[in-house]
Amino acid sequence: MNAAILSSPIIGESPDAKDFLLSVEALTVSFDGFKAVNDVSFYVDPNEIRVIIGPNGAGKTTVLDLICGRTKASAGSIKFKGQELTKISESAIVQAGVGRKFQTPSIYDDLTVFENLEISFPRGRTVWGALTFKRDAEVRDRIHEVATMIFLKDQLKERAEFLSHGQKQWLEIGMLLIQDPELLMLDEPVAGMSVGERIKTAELLNQIIVGRSVLVIEHDMKFVEDIAHRVTVLHQGKVLSEGSMERVKNDPKVIEVYLGH
Amino acid sequence: MTSPVQTLSKSLTVNDNPFMKPMEWVSLALLAAFILIVLPATLDAFRLNLVGKYLTYAFVALGLVMCWGYAGILSLGQGVFFGLGGYCMAMYLKLEASSVENTKIQSTPGIPDFMDWNQITELPLMWKPFQSLPLTLILVVAVPVFFAFVIGFAMFTRRVGGTYFAIITQAIAAILTILIVGQQGYTGGINGITDLRTLHGWDIRTDSAKFILYFLNGGLLIGCILAAQYVKKAKLGRILLAMRDKEDRVRFSGYSVAGFKVFAFCLAAGFAAIGGAMFTLQVGFMSPSFVGIVPSIEMVIYAAVGGRLSLFGAVWGTLLVNWAKTTFSESFPELWLFGLGALFIAVVLAFPNGLAGIYRSYVEPRLTRKVKALAPVGAPVPHGTPAE
Amino acid sequence: MLGDYSLGDLGAIFAMQGFAGLILFSVYVLMALGLAVIFGQMGVINMAHGEFMILGAYVTYLCSTFFQTHLPGLFGIYFFVAMILAFLASGALGMIVEWTLIRHLYKRPLDTLLATWGLSLILQQSYRTIFGAREVGVELPSWLIGSVQVTDTIEVPINGLFVMAITTLITVGVGLLMYRSRFGQQVRAVMQNRPMAGAVGIDTEKVDRYTFGLGCGIAGVAGSAFTMIGSTGPTSGQLYIVDTFLIVVFGGAASLLGTIASAFSISQTQSTLEFFLSGSTAKVLTLLAVVGILMVRPQGLFTLKVRR
Repeated sequence: MNAAILSSPIIGESPDAKDFLLSVEALTVSFDGFKAVNDVSFYVDPNEIRVIIGPNGAGKTTVLDLICGRTKASAGSIKFKGQELTKISESAIVQAGVGRKFQTPSIYDDLTVFENLEISFPRGRTVWGALTFKRDAEVRDRIHEVATMIFLKDQLKERAEFLSHGQKQWLEIGMLLIQDPELLMLDEPVAGMSVGERIKTAELLNQIIVGRSVLVIEHDMKFVEDIAHRVTVLHQGKVLSEGSMERVKNDPKVIEVYLGH
Repeated sequence: MTSPVQTLSKSLTVNDNPFMKPMEWVSLALLAAFILIVLPATLDAFRLNLVGKYLTYAFVALGLVMCWGYAGILSLGQGVFFGLGGYCMAMYLKLEASSVENTKIQSTPGIPDFMDWNQITELPLMWKPFQSLPLTLILVVAVPVFFAFVIGFAMFTRRVGGTYFAIITQAIAAILTILIVGQQGYTGGINGITDLRTLHGWDIRTDSAKFILYFLNGGLLIGCILAAQYVKKAKLGRILLAMRDKEDRVRFSGYSVAGFKVFAFCLAAGFAAIGGAMFTLQVGFMSPSFVGIVPSIEMVIYAAVGGRLSLFGAVWGTLLVNWAKTTFSESFPELWLFGLGALFIAVVLAFPNGLAGIYRSYVEPRLTRKVKALAPVGAPVPHGTPAE
Repeated sequence: MLGDYSLGDLGAIFAMQGFAGLILFSVYVLMALGLAVIFGQMGVINMAHGEFMILGAYVTYLCSTFFQTHLPGLFGIYFFVAMILAFLASGALGMIVEWTLIRHLYKRPLDTLLATWGLSLILQQSYRTIFGAREVGVELPSWLIGSVQVTDTIEVPINGLFVMAITTLITVGVGLLMYRSRFGQQVRAVMQNRPMAGAVGIDTEKVDRYTFGLGCGIAGVAGSAFTMIGSTGPTSGQLYIVDTFLIVVFGGAASLLGTIASAFSISQTQSTLEFFLSGSTAKVLTLLAVVGILMVRPQGLFTLKVRR
């Protein structure tokens, strides 16, 4: 890759930052000397669905935290469309086009489904903008459109706290969807769901991944196999293996970690 | 039913986020009638002035509803902003009362008496802007809001919140009190700024002036309620609520959380400042005893008793607590502190939504039923307003 | 203002004021220790902490009058008895308060501030009703009065040394309790992961209750020490809560050593400044400095970095 950079006629931005939507390089974070993420590098293409797997404590969620700015990196770089993310605030990262779903459904219990979606609508994000925000036809139409996608069309006026667990997960996915991010990060989107809800969620995910890159953490291997273009395996804060599901499944190092001991 | 009703309900549901719901208009009308008609008609000049004084605290409570109830930021230092607003006003009035003619017996005529007592021979720089009324009126709000902005910006961008923030604001209240008391020559010390007489030549001590000021105060309060209602109804109000419960989610929806918190804090400071200035005008003095820890936290209880999420509740709560305080401390001074202490505990343990909560669970359902019985075609209650 | 003094003078002044600040330092350390234990454990600020301290002060006062009238022969040792009783009285009240009030509010820290403020008002009024509004002072046994002449210019008050010794003992004791005993292990377990601690069979409610009692008890001992620097009145404790909380935050809420270091720096800054400036200016400058530093570094001086 170094040779590619050297021979590249383009001066300024490195070519790999242009080719990849997201490039994570030598990312490290330590908590009191403990390196939760240690020298992790990986690259995500536009429109790629990448799944991160790994045993508990492998640093999967921390990687997402680092990308969306929730945790500050100790070293390394995260470039999104050529823009360095480690230096900017969380809200700026979102505005750059990165959306994040949390592990436990994170929605606003006191607000209605409609209002939950409205807050995520990408307009009027400054104090002044929020004061003068008008609930016009564009907003309504988009909310109805998204609500239909996430199976909550009939619950728009319901307070979010009364939704079922699965519905809450969908609502949060909907809140991301309305932001229309170029990179969508999902942390265990089907955890804690019933079988029926899982099927519906997979269907939903297959709809929403069109036209964007997705970074997913998931434990459900069946689900991973269904959606992943490529898989990155993390173990003890390091990248253990990477490639297609097929390749990763047959990697002796991965088998060792998952089945060994 | 027939089509007219359906079209009516349709046209109403299209505007599913009206400025105020019908019941809120009723509440506003009731409050306005009580403050602007019932009280002036029934109370003598002295009592009305007393109520006017209470109502200046309601500005603070109103700010706390926005800042604490909605945004979840508990400030235990609202007395700072009340005091700063009040002092700004008092400085103007004091300068007007200290004309060369009025103070010719002093060794330095033309400066406030307490400065003369403290061997100050020239008007300090920080007093100079208050020689102008327009500038004073701006500074009354601008100084406290700027102060709130500095504190809020420093704390919220560093993610300081919750109990930390509460105690820091309390420390600031303590610091400001000690400072005012200590710098007697510049501030009037523990006695405050007293002996205020005229506002731009208009004697504010007469009964008729007090009567007019009372209405000015009431009008401003209702104006502030409407302003707060606007903020509450705007998307900003919902963002504040959302932020209170799931700060991270708001942040990762692309909002700068700190900015919104600073706004809420500044708004509360601005309201408190208006209250402080009206206090000075109506009561005729300002002193550090309205700035410190104790008055600041007492102002929180007004909002808590009214219901921390209710704008109207804040005003009723303020009136109720102060009425109780006056009544009890006149006849049983010892009981009052016990009562106030118990009130703090009760409002937290038993009635977290205060008077507004009691009204909403017991009174409103019956009222709505009655209204519906009277007007069967009546407006459908619009949906979509969480926990006011 | 420093120009008027020679270097030797300044050294002596710092040392003298430093030793004079010993009792203030001790009161701060003990108060902060109690608050830090409670705040660290439950995330709760006890706004009535100052009133628990004053309870200890009143107990000390009662002891001193009791020994004076009934056991004058044993007056020399009354202070030890008073400290133990102060600890027990404040600790017991603390446990009652935890059981009736605090335990309902663990998930609402801001509401706890208000409720405990209400409690502090009730306690103040109770003191006023029981002991009267006038401030009371205690008489010290003769061996605590006077001072040790260290050099020509430096004297150290004996009561300061005594209180310092007691404070050291208690601090070490609390340190051992929290980091070496089974109880401390349970407390730290609950602090780090409440549901998990409950799941492995720790009675978290009991741990909470005893921790709260312990914190309040230490405040009671602080009250005993307090009687040596000031007279005791119903509202004497009220203003201490802000100072104490600033100390705890300044030191970094989770660190015992940090608490001591910050209590030391704050009490010494204040007592040194007091020599040069008026008391109120010294206080303002000290508080302003602390608040200013906290605005720049809100996590305090000593903190652990953990994954949120």
